Amino acid sequence: MLAAFDWHILWQRIFHPDHAFALALWRTVYIAVVAQILGVALGLLAALMRMSRLVVLRALSNTYTLVFRGTPVIVQIFYIYLGVNLLLGFTLIPNNVNFGLFTVSGAAFAGMLALGINEGAYMREIVRAGIDSIDRGQMEAAKSLGMTTGLGMRRIVLPQAARVIVPPLGNEFNNMLKTTSLLAFIGVTELFQDAEIHYSQTFKPVEYFTAVAFWYLVLTSVWSLIQARIERRLGASDLGDEPSMRQRIVENWTSRAWLTR
Amino acid sequence: MTGNTVMRATDVHKRFGRLEVLKGVSMEVERGETVCVIGPSGSGKTTFIRCINHLEKIDGGRIEVNGHLIGYREHRGKLVEDSERSIARQRTQIGMVFQRFNLFPHKTAIENVVEAPMRVLGTKKGEALADAERLLARVGLADKHGTYPGKLSGGQQQRVAIARALAMQPALMLFDEPTSALDPEVTGEVLTVMEELAHDGMTMIVVTHEMGFAREAADRVVMMDGGVIVEEGTPEHFFTDPEHERTRQFLSKIL
Repeated sequence: MLAAFDWHILWQRIFHPDHAFALALWRTVYIAVVAQILGVALGLLAALMRMSRLVVLRALSNTYTLVFRGTPVIVQIFYIYLGVNLLLGFTLIPNNVNFGLFTVSGAAFAGMLALGINEGAYMREIVRAGIDSIDRGQMEAAKSLGMTTGLGMRRIVLPQAARVIVPPLGNEFNNMLKTTSLLAFIGVTELFQDAEIHYSQTFKPVEYFTAVAFWYLVLTSVWSLIQARIERRLGASDLGDEPSMRQRIVENWTSRAWLTR
Repeated sequence: MTGNTVMRATDVHKRFGRLEVLKGVSMEVERGETVCVIGPSGSGKTTFIRCINHLEKIDGGRIEVNGHLIGYREHRGKLVEDSERSIARQRTQIGMVFQRFNLFPHKTAIENVVEAPMRVLGTKKGEALADAERLLARVGLADKHGTYPGKLSGGQQQRVAIARALAMQPALMLFDEPTSALDPEVTGEVLTVMEELAHDGMTMIVVTHEMGFAREAADRVVMMDGGVIVEEGTPEHFFTDPEHERTRQFLSKIL
Protein backbone atom coordinates (compact mmCIF):
# COMPACT_ATOMS: atom_id res chain seq x y z
CA MET A 1 0.00 0.00 0.00
CA LEU A 2 1.35 3.33 -0.95
CA ALA A 3 0.33 6.03 1.41
CA ALA A 4 1.38 9.52 0.54
CA PHE A 5 2.86 11.64 3.29
CA ASP A 6 0.14 13.99 4.49
CA TRP A 7 1.89 17.33 4.60
CA HIS A 8 -1.25 19.01 5.83
CA ILE A 9 -1.09 17.14 9.15
CA LEU A 10 2.53 18.09 9.67
CA TRP A 11 1.71 21.70 8.82
CA GLN A 12 -1.22 21.73 11.24
CA ARG A 13 0.78 20.20 14.06
CA ILE A 14 3.58 22.70 13.66
CA PHE A 15 1.79 25.94 12.90
CA HIS A 16 -1.65 25.42 14.44
CA PRO A 17 -1.09 23.41 17.60
CA ASP A 18 -4.27 22.83 19.60
CA HIS A 19 -4.83 23.35 23.29
CA ALA A 20 -4.17 19.70 24.21
CA PHE A 21 -0.84 19.93 22.47
CA ALA A 22 0.13 23.08 24.35
CA LEU A 23 -0.64 21.33 27.61
CA ALA A 24 1.44 18.31 26.58
CA LEU A 25 4.35 20.56 25.65
CA TRP A 26 4.13 22.32 29.00
CA ARG A 27 4.04 18.96 30.76
CA THR A 28 7.16 17.79 28.97
CA VAL A 29 8.98 20.93 29.99
CA TYR A 30 8.04 20.97 33.65
CA ILE A 31 8.56 17.26 34.11
CA ALA A 32 12.03 17.59 32.61
CA VAL A 33 12.87 20.62 34.76
CA VAL A 34 11.62 19.12 38.02
CA ALA A 35 13.29 15.76 37.31
CA GLN A 36 16.58 17.47 36.45
CA ILE A 37 16.54 19.57 39.60
CA LEU A 38 15.83 16.45 41.63
CA GLY A 39 18.64 14.67 39.77
CA VAL A 40 21.14 17.44 40.50
CA ALA A 41 20.18 17.47 44.18
CA LEU A 42 20.46 13.70 44.47
CA GLY A 43 23.66 13.63 42.45
CA LEU A 44 25.25 16.24 44.69
CA LEU A 45 24.13 14.39 47.79
CA ALA A 46 25.41 11.05 46.46
CA ALA A 47 28.73 12.60 45.41
CA LEU A 48 29.24 14.05 48.89
CA MET A 49 28.18 10.77 50.50
CA ARG A 50 30.73 9.00 48.36
CA MET A 51 33.48 11.13 49.93
CA SER A 52 32.17 10.61 53.45
CA ARG A 53 34.26 9.03 56.16
CA LEU A 54 31.32 6.76 57.05
CA VAL A 55 31.35 3.43 55.26
CA VAL A 56 27.55 3.20 55.37
CA LEU A 57 27.09 6.43 53.43
CA ARG A 58 29.71 5.46 50.86
CA ALA A 59 28.10 2.05 50.37
CA LEU A 60 24.67 3.63 50.02
CA SER A 61 25.95 6.02 47.39
CA ASN A 62 27.69 3.26 45.45
CA THR A 63 24.67 0.98 45.55
CA TYR A 64 22.41 3.77 44.37
CA THR A 65 24.62 4.42 41.37
CA LEU A 66 25.05 0.74 40.63
CA VAL A 67 21.32 0.04 40.63
CA PHE A 68 20.06 3.11 38.83
CA ARG A 69 22.72 3.21 36.16
CA GLY A 70 22.61 -0.54 35.75
CA THR A 71 18.92 -1.02 35.02
CA PRO A 72 16.78 0.43 32.22
CA VAL A 73 15.07 3.69 33.05
CA ILE A 74 11.79 2.37 31.61
CA VAL A 75 11.84 -0.42 34.20
CA GLN A 76 12.52 2.13 36.92
CA ILE A 77 9.59 4.22 35.72
CA PHE A 78 7.17 1.29 35.83
CA TYR A 79 8.61 0.13 39.11
CA ILE A 80 8.17 3.42 40.87
CA TYR A 81 4.75 4.07 39.38
CA LEU A 82 3.31 0.60 40.05
CA GLY A 83 5.63 -0.97 42.59
CA VAL A 84 6.23 1.64 45.28
CA ASN A 85 2.69 1.77 46.66
CA LEU A 86 2.51 -2.01 46.55
CA LEU A 87 5.79 -2.53 48.37
CA LEU A 88 5.34 0.18 50.96
CA GLY A 89 1.79 -0.87 51.76
CA PHE A 90 0.64 2.74 51.73
CA THR A 91 0.03 5.34 49.06
CA LEU A 92 3.22 7.26 48.44
CA ILE A 93 2.09 8.08 44.96
CA PRO A 94 -1.56 9.22 45.02
CA ASN A 95 -3.79 9.71 42.00
CA ASN A 96 -3.24 13.42 41.99
CA VAL A 97 -0.50 15.46 43.55
CA ASN A 98 -1.13 19.09 44.37
CA PHE A 99 1.89 21.38 44.04
CA GLY A 100 -0.01 24.49 45.05
CA LEU A 101 0.25 26.26 41.71
CA PHE A 102 -0.77 23.22 39.74
CA THR A 103 -1.86 19.64 40.19
CA VAL A 104 -0.18 16.75 38.46
CA SER A 105 -1.38 13.22 37.96
CA GLY A 106 0.07 10.44 40.05
CA ALA A 107 1.68 9.07 36.90
CA ALA A 108 3.41 12.36 36.16
CA PHE A 109 4.56 12.58 39.78
CA ALA A 110 5.93 9.04 39.69
CA GLY A 111 7.54 9.84 36.34
CA MET A 112 9.32 12.91 37.70
CA LEU A 113 10.47 10.90 40.68
CA ALA A 114 11.76 8.04 38.54
CA LEU A 115 13.53 10.27 36.02
CA GLY A 116 14.99 12.38 38.81
CA ILE A 117 16.30 9.43 40.78
CA ASN A 118 17.75 7.87 37.64
CA GLU A 119 19.34 11.17 36.68
CA GLY A 120 20.88 11.52 40.14
CA ALA A 121 22.96 8.40 39.56
CA TYR A 122 24.51 9.97 36.46
CA MET A 123 24.83 13.40 38.06
CA ARG A 124 26.80 11.85 40.90
CA GLU A 125 29.58 11.00 38.50
CA ILE A 126 29.47 14.45 36.90
CA VAL A 127 29.57 16.22 40.26
CA ARG A 128 32.37 13.95 41.37
CA ALA A 129 34.42 14.71 38.28
CA GLY A 130 33.80 18.41 38.93
CA ILE A 131 34.96 18.20 42.53
CA ASP A 132 37.96 16.06 41.58
CA SER A 133 39.03 18.63 38.99
CA ILE A 134 39.57 21.24 41.73
CA ASP A 135 43.11 21.33 43.06
CA ARG A 136 43.47 19.78 46.53
CA GLY A 137 45.27 22.91 47.64
CA GLN A 138 41.96 24.77 47.55
CA MET A 139 40.48 22.69 50.35
CA GLU A 140 43.78 22.84 52.24
CA ALA A 141 43.79 26.62 52.02
CA ALA A 142 40.18 26.71 53.22
CA LYS A 143 41.00 24.45 56.14
CA SER A 144 44.14 26.41 57.03
CA LEU A 145 41.85 29.45 57.39
CA GLY A 146 39.72 27.63 59.93
CA MET A 147 36.96 26.37 57.66
CA THR A 148 35.37 22.99 58.23
CA THR A 149 35.22 20.58 55.30
CA GLY A 150 31.55 21.41 54.83
CA LEU A 151 32.11 25.16 54.69
CA GLY A 152 35.14 24.77 52.44
CA MET A 153 33.11 22.58 50.13
CA ARG A 154 30.22 25.06 50.00
CA ARG A 155 32.20 28.28 49.71
CA ILE A 156 35.37 27.25 47.90
CA VAL A 157 35.25 23.91 46.10
CA LEU A 158 31.67 23.63 44.83
CA PRO A 159 31.48 27.13 43.31
CA GLN A 160 34.59 26.28 41.29
CA ALA A 161 33.38 22.79 40.49
CA ALA A 162 30.09 24.25 39.25
CA ARG A 163 31.83 25.68 36.22
CA VAL A 164 33.15 22.27 35.35
CA ILE A 165 29.80 20.65 36.05
CA VAL A 166 27.59 22.97 34.00
CA PRO A 167 28.49 21.85 30.45
CA PRO A 168 27.85 18.14 31.03
CA LEU A 169 24.81 19.12 33.11
CA GLY A 170 23.49 20.91 30.04
CA ASN A 171 23.85 17.75 28.02
CA GLU A 172 22.07 15.82 30.71
CA PHE A 173 19.13 18.19 30.51
CA ASN A 174 19.06 17.88 26.75
CA ASN A 175 18.76 14.12 27.27
CA MET A 176 16.15 14.61 29.95
CA LEU A 177 13.91 16.63 27.64
CA LYS A 178 13.80 13.65 25.29
CA THR A 179 13.67 10.91 27.90
CA THR A 180 10.40 12.30 29.28
CA SER A 181 8.81 10.64 26.23
CA LEU A 182 9.12 7.31 28.06
CA LEU A 183 6.47 8.50 30.50
CA ALA A 184 3.93 7.97 27.72
CA PHE A 185 4.09 4.30 28.70
CA ILE A 186 2.62 5.00 32.14
CA GLY A 187 -0.04 7.27 30.70
CA VAL A 188 1.43 10.71 31.14
CA THR A 189 0.06 12.88 28.35
CA GLU A 190 3.25 14.63 27.38
CA LEU A 191 4.42 15.38 23.83
CA PHE A 192 4.97 11.80 22.77
CA GLN A 193 1.67 10.46 24.06
CA ASP A 194 -0.14 13.41 22.54
CA ALA A 195 1.26 12.29 19.19
CA GLU A 196 0.34 8.68 19.91
CA ILE A 197 -3.25 9.60 20.67
CA HIS A 198 -3.56 11.36 17.32
CA TYR A 199 -1.97 8.65 15.27
CA SER A 200 -4.08 5.93 16.83
CA GLN A 201 -7.13 7.88 15.71
CA THR A 202 -5.89 8.65 12.21
CA PHE A 203 -3.38 5.89 11.40
CA LYS A 204 -0.89 8.48 10.20
CA PRO A 205 2.04 7.71 12.48
CA VAL A 206 4.78 9.10 10.33
CA GLU A 207 3.18 12.53 10.05
CA TYR A 208 2.55 12.81 13.78
CA PHE A 209 5.92 11.48 14.81
CA THR A 210 7.63 13.83 12.37
CA ALA A 211 5.77 16.69 13.99
CA VAL A 212 6.65 15.57 17.50
CA ALA A 213 10.29 15.14 16.51
CA PHE A 214 10.21 18.71 15.26
CA TRP A 215 8.93 19.92 18.63
CA TYR A 216 11.56 18.02 20.58
CA LEU A 217 14.11 19.62 18.28
CA VAL A 218 12.67 23.04 19.11
CA LEU A 219 12.93 22.33 22.85
CA THR A 220 16.51 21.07 22.68
CA SER A 221 17.56 23.92 20.39
CA VAL A 222 16.12 26.55 22.70
CA TRP A 223 17.90 24.84 25.57
CA SER A 224 21.24 24.78 23.79
CA LEU A 225 20.96 28.55 23.30
CA ILE A 226 20.27 29.04 27.01
CA GLN A 227 23.12 26.68 27.87
CA ALA A 228 25.56 28.61 25.72
CA ARG A 229 24.57 31.83 27.50
CA ILE A 230 25.08 30.27 30.94
CA GLU A 231 28.49 28.94 29.97
CA ARG A 232 29.54 32.31 28.59
CA ARG A 233 28.58 33.98 31.85
CA LEU A 234 30.39 31.40 33.93
CA GLY A 235 33.56 31.84 31.91
CA ALA A 236 33.41 35.64 32.04
CA SER A 237 35.35 36.24 35.25
CA ASP A 238 38.50 34.41 34.27
CA LEU A 239 40.37 36.02 31.49
CA GLY A 240 43.63 35.76 33.38
CA ASP A 241 46.81 33.97 32.44
CA GLU A 242 46.23 30.92 34.62
CA PRO A 243 45.00 27.87 32.69
CA SER A 244 41.53 29.27 32.28
CA MET A 245 38.40 27.78 33.72
CA ARG A 246 37.06 27.66 30.18
CA GLN A 247 39.92 25.43 29.08
CA ARG A 248 39.37 23.23 32.06
CA ILE A 249 35.68 22.98 31.24
CA VAL A 250 36.36 22.01 27.67
CA GLU A 251 39.01 19.56 28.75
CA ASN A 252 36.73 17.99 31.29
CA TRP A 253 33.79 17.92 28.97
CA THR A 254 35.67 16.22 26.20
CA SER A 255 37.45 13.69 28.32
CA ARG A 256 36.44 12.82 31.81
CA ALA A 257 32.69 13.29 31.82
CA TRP A 258 32.30 11.04 28.83
CA LEU A 259 34.61 8.36 30.09
CA THR A 260 32.53 7.96 33.21
CA ARG A 261 29.40 7.28 31.22
CA MET B 1 55.54 25.75 79.15
CA THR B 2 56.52 29.37 79.58
CA GLY B 3 54.02 32.02 78.72
CA ASN B 4 56.06 33.06 75.75
CA THR B 5 56.20 29.79 73.90
CA VAL B 6 53.87 29.95 70.90
CA MET B 7 54.65 26.56 69.38
CA ARG B 8 56.08 23.53 71.05
CA ALA B 9 56.60 20.26 69.19
CA THR B 10 57.70 17.27 71.21
CA ASP B 11 59.11 14.13 69.63
CA VAL B 12 56.86 14.29 66.55
CA HIS B 13 56.72 11.15 64.44
CA LYS B 14 55.03 10.83 61.09
CA ARG B 15 55.02 8.12 58.50
CA PHE B 16 53.50 7.76 55.08
CA GLY B 17 52.86 4.06 54.77
CA ARG B 18 56.17 2.41 55.58
CA LEU B 19 58.20 5.51 54.98
CA GLU B 20 59.00 7.32 58.20
CA VAL B 21 59.33 11.00 57.30
CA LEU B 22 59.56 12.47 60.79
CA LYS B 23 61.62 10.52 63.30
CA GLY B 24 61.14 12.50 66.46
CA VAL B 25 61.20 16.23 65.85
CA SER B 26 61.17 18.61 68.80
CA MET B 27 61.13 22.37 68.47
CA GLU B 28 60.05 25.40 70.41
CA VAL B 29 59.21 28.79 69.02
CA GLU B 30 58.92 31.86 71.22
CA ARG B 31 56.55 34.76 70.68
CA GLY B 32 57.92 37.15 68.06
CA GLU B 33 60.54 34.70 66.90
CA THR B 34 61.20 33.90 63.26
CA VAL B 35 62.56 30.43 62.65
CA CYS B 36 63.78 29.28 59.26
CA VAL B 37 63.67 25.58 58.53
CA ILE B 38 66.12 24.48 55.88
CA GLY B 39 67.14 21.12 54.53
CA PRO B 40 67.29 19.02 51.38
CA SER B 41 64.08 17.87 49.73
CA GLY B 42 62.69 14.80 51.44
CA SER B 43 64.09 15.92 54.76
CA GLY B 44 60.59 16.24 56.23
CA LYS B 45 60.56 20.00 56.70
CA THR B 46 57.37 20.60 54.72
CA THR B 47 55.65 17.65 56.35
CA PHE B 48 56.66 19.03 59.72
CA ILE B 49 55.07 22.43 59.29
CA ARG B 50 51.98 20.83 57.78
CA CYS B 51 51.67 18.87 61.00
CA ILE B 52 51.66 22.09 63.01
CA ASN B 53 48.21 23.04 61.68
CA HIS B 54 47.15 19.42 61.40
CA LEU B 55 46.98 19.28 57.61
CA GLU B 56 48.90 16.09 58.29
CA LYS B 57 48.07 13.78 61.17
CA ILE B 58 50.95 12.74 63.39
CA ASP B 59 51.73 9.22 64.49
CA GLY B 60 53.54 10.09 67.68
CA GLY B 61 54.55 12.97 69.92
CA ARG B 62 52.58 16.15 70.43
CA ILE B 63 52.29 19.64 69.06
CA GLU B 64 51.02 22.55 71.09
CA VAL B 65 50.22 26.04 69.88
CA ASN B 66 49.52 28.68 72.52
CA GLY B 67 49.40 25.88 75.05
CA HIS B 68 46.66 23.97 73.22
CA LEU B 69 47.27 20.50 71.91
CA ILE B 70 46.79 20.55 68.13
CA GLY B 71 44.57 18.01 66.40
CA TYR B 72 44.20 15.71 69.37
CA ARG B 73 42.75 15.61 72.84
CA GLU B 74 43.86 13.48 75.73
CA HIS B 75 41.57 10.67 76.65
CA ARG B 76 42.64 8.30 79.43
CA GLY B 77 46.28 9.04 78.85
CA LYS B 78 46.01 8.47 75.12
CA LEU B 79 45.77 10.98 72.30
CA VAL B 80 42.65 10.72 70.18
CA GLU B 81 41.95 12.87 67.15
CA ASP B 82 39.91 15.93 67.92
CA SER B 83 36.57 16.78 66.30
CA GLU B 84 36.69 18.57 62.98
CA ARG B 85 35.08 21.66 64.42
CA SER B 86 37.61 21.89 67.19
CA ILE B 87 40.54 21.41 64.80
CA ALA B 88 39.07 24.12 62.57
CA ARG B 89 38.90 26.47 65.56
CA GLN B 90 42.55 25.80 66.40
CA ARG B 91 43.56 26.53 62.82
CA THR B 92 42.16 30.06 63.05
CA GLN B 93 45.16 30.77 65.27
CA ILE B 94 47.66 29.48 62.71
CA GLY B 95 48.06 31.21 59.37
CA MET B 96 49.56 29.31 56.48
CA VAL B 97 51.13 30.42 53.23
CA PHE B 98 51.55 27.73 50.60
CA GLN B 99 54.18 27.17 47.97
CA ARG B 100 51.54 27.31 45.25
CA PHE B 101 49.59 30.23 46.81
CA ASN B 102 46.23 28.40 46.67
CA LEU B 103 44.28 31.61 46.27
CA PHE B 104 40.60 31.10 45.54
CA PRO B 105 40.45 31.75 41.78
CA HIS B 106 36.72 32.53 41.75
CA LYS B 107 37.18 35.40 44.17
CA THR B 108 38.86 38.77 43.78
CA ALA B 109 41.90 39.67 45.86
CA ILE B 110 39.83 41.39 48.53
CA GLU B 111 37.19 38.64 48.52
CA ASN B 112 39.99 36.16 49.16
CA VAL B 113 41.04 38.18 52.18
CA VAL B 114 37.58 38.74 53.72
CA GLU B 115 36.25 35.23 53.12
CA ALA B 116 37.51 33.55 56.29
CA PRO B 117 37.04 36.48 58.70
CA MET B 118 33.43 36.80 57.56
CA ARG B 119 32.53 33.12 57.27
CA VAL B 120 34.60 31.69 60.11
CA LEU B 121 34.93 34.47 62.67
CA GLY B 122 31.65 36.16 61.78
CA THR B 123 33.27 39.57 61.31
CA LYS B 124 30.88 42.22 59.95
CA LYS B 125 31.32 42.96 56.26
CA GLY B 126 32.29 46.61 56.68
CA GLU B 127 34.88 45.80 59.29
CA ALA B 128 36.29 42.87 57.32
CA LEU B 129 36.58 45.00 54.20
CA ALA B 130 38.35 47.80 56.05
CA ASP B 131 40.79 45.28 57.55
CA ALA B 132 41.37 43.70 54.16
CA GLU B 133 42.06 47.06 52.51
CA ARG B 134 44.60 47.80 55.22
CA LEU B 135 46.27 44.37 54.79
CA LEU B 136 46.39 44.65 51.02
CA ALA B 137 48.00 48.05 51.41
CA ARG B 138 50.48 46.52 53.82
CA VAL B 139 51.57 43.96 51.21
CA GLY B 140 51.67 46.71 48.59
CA LEU B 141 48.58 45.71 46.64
CA ALA B 142 46.04 48.37 47.57
CA ASP B 143 45.27 48.96 43.89
CA LYS B 144 44.58 45.29 43.14
CA HIS B 145 41.69 44.61 45.47
CA GLY B 146 39.17 43.96 42.69
CA THR B 147 41.49 41.80 40.61
CA TYR B 148 41.06 38.05 40.19
CA PRO B 149 44.10 35.89 41.05
CA GLY B 150 44.36 34.76 37.42
CA LYS B 151 45.32 38.30 36.46
CA LEU B 152 47.96 38.71 39.16
CA SER B 153 51.62 37.75 38.87
CA GLY B 154 52.96 34.96 41.09
CA GLY B 155 54.54 37.44 43.47
CA GLN B 156 51.33 39.43 43.73
CA GLN B 157 49.32 36.26 44.32
CA GLN B 158 51.63 35.21 47.11
CA ARG B 159 51.35 38.62 48.73
CA VAL B 160 47.54 38.37 48.60
CA ALA B 161 47.88 34.93 50.18
CA ILE B 162 49.92 36.46 53.01
CA ALA B 163 47.27 39.15 53.51
CA ARG B 164 44.58 36.45 53.49
CA ALA B 165 46.35 34.51 56.26
CA LEU B 166 47.00 37.69 58.29
CA ALA B 167 43.32 38.62 58.14
CA MET B 168 42.62 35.91 60.72
CA GLN B 169 45.02 37.66 63.14
CA PRO B 170 46.92 34.44 63.79
CA ALA B 171 49.32 33.92 66.65
CA LEU B 172 51.65 32.00 64.38
CA MET B 173 52.38 32.13 60.66
CA LEU B 174 53.63 29.09 58.74
CA PHE B 175 55.32 29.56 55.37
CA ASP B 176 55.80 26.47 53.22
CA GLU B 177 58.50 27.34 50.69
CA PRO B 178 56.69 30.58 49.85
CA THR B 179 59.04 31.63 47.05
CA SER B 180 59.88 28.27 45.48
CA ALA B 181 57.19 28.54 42.81
CA LEU B 182 58.09 32.12 41.91
CA ASP B 183 60.18 33.57 39.14
CA PRO B 184 63.49 34.84 40.57
CA GLU B 185 62.70 38.47 39.76
CA VAL B 186 59.59 38.51 41.96
CA THR B 187 60.83 36.55 44.98
CA GLY B 188 62.22 39.80 46.38
CA GLU B 189 58.82 41.48 46.73
CA VAL B 190 57.48 38.52 48.71
CA LEU B 191 60.56 38.25 50.92
CA THR B 192 60.42 41.97 51.67
CA VAL B 193 56.85 41.61 52.92
CA MET B 194 57.90 38.66 55.06
CA GLU B 195 60.89 40.53 56.48
CA GLU B 196 58.65 43.44 57.46
CA LEU B 197 56.29 40.99 59.10
CA ALA B 198 59.15 39.44 61.07
CA HIS B 199 60.41 42.84 62.18
CA ASP B 200 56.87 43.77 63.26
CA GLY B 201 57.03 40.93 65.74
CA MET B 202 55.01 38.20 64.04
CA THR B 203 55.87 34.68 65.16
CA MET B 204 56.89 32.82 62.02
CA ILE B 205 58.10 29.41 60.95
CA VAL B 206 59.45 29.56 57.44
CA VAL B 207 60.48 26.60 55.33
CA THR B 208 62.78 28.16 52.79
CA HIS B 209 66.05 27.99 50.92
CA GLU B 210 66.39 31.76 50.84
CA MET B 211 69.48 32.23 53.00
CA GLY B 212 69.31 35.96 52.30
CA PHE B 213 65.98 36.03 54.08
CA ALA B 214 67.39 33.93 56.92
CA ARG B 215 70.23 36.41 57.34
CA GLU B 216 67.88 39.43 57.32
CA ALA B 217 64.97 38.19 59.36
CA ALA B 218 65.56 34.89 61.11
CA ASP B 219 66.33 34.65 64.80
CA ARG B 220 67.13 31.00 64.44
CA VAL B 221 67.80 28.52 61.66
CA VAL B 222 66.93 24.85 61.93
CA MET B 223 68.49 22.33 59.61
CA MET B 224 66.51 19.14 58.99
CA ASP B 225 67.68 16.01 57.24
CA GLY B 226 66.30 12.51 57.14
CA GLY B 227 63.34 13.33 59.35
CA VAL B 228 65.32 14.77 62.26
CA ILE B 229 66.72 18.14 63.26
CA VAL B 230 70.43 17.98 62.52
CA GLU B 231 71.53 21.37 63.69
CA GLU B 232 70.08 24.53 65.11
CA GLY B 233 71.52 27.99 65.64
CA THR B 234 71.64 31.65 64.70
CA PRO B 235 71.94 32.58 61.02
CA GLU B 236 75.54 33.73 61.71
CA HIS B 237 76.36 30.31 63.07
CA PHE B 238 75.15 28.72 59.86
CA PHE B 239 77.03 31.14 57.64
CA THR B 240 80.29 31.05 59.53
CA ASP B 241 80.69 27.82 61.36
CA PRO B 242 78.17 25.05 60.70
CA GLU B 243 79.01 22.01 62.80
CA HIS B 244 77.71 19.08 60.89
CA GLU B 245 79.09 17.75 57.67
CA ARG B 246 75.57 17.35 56.22
CA THR B 247 74.80 20.98 56.98
CA ARG B 248 78.02 22.09 55.26
CA GLN B 249 77.25 20.01 52.22
CA PHE B 250 73.72 21.32 52.00
CA LEU B 251 74.75 24.96 52.45
CA SER B 252 77.50 24.66 49.88
CA LYS B 253 74.89 23.57 47.36
CA ILE B 254 72.39 26.36 47.94
CA LEU B 255 74.68 29.30 48.69
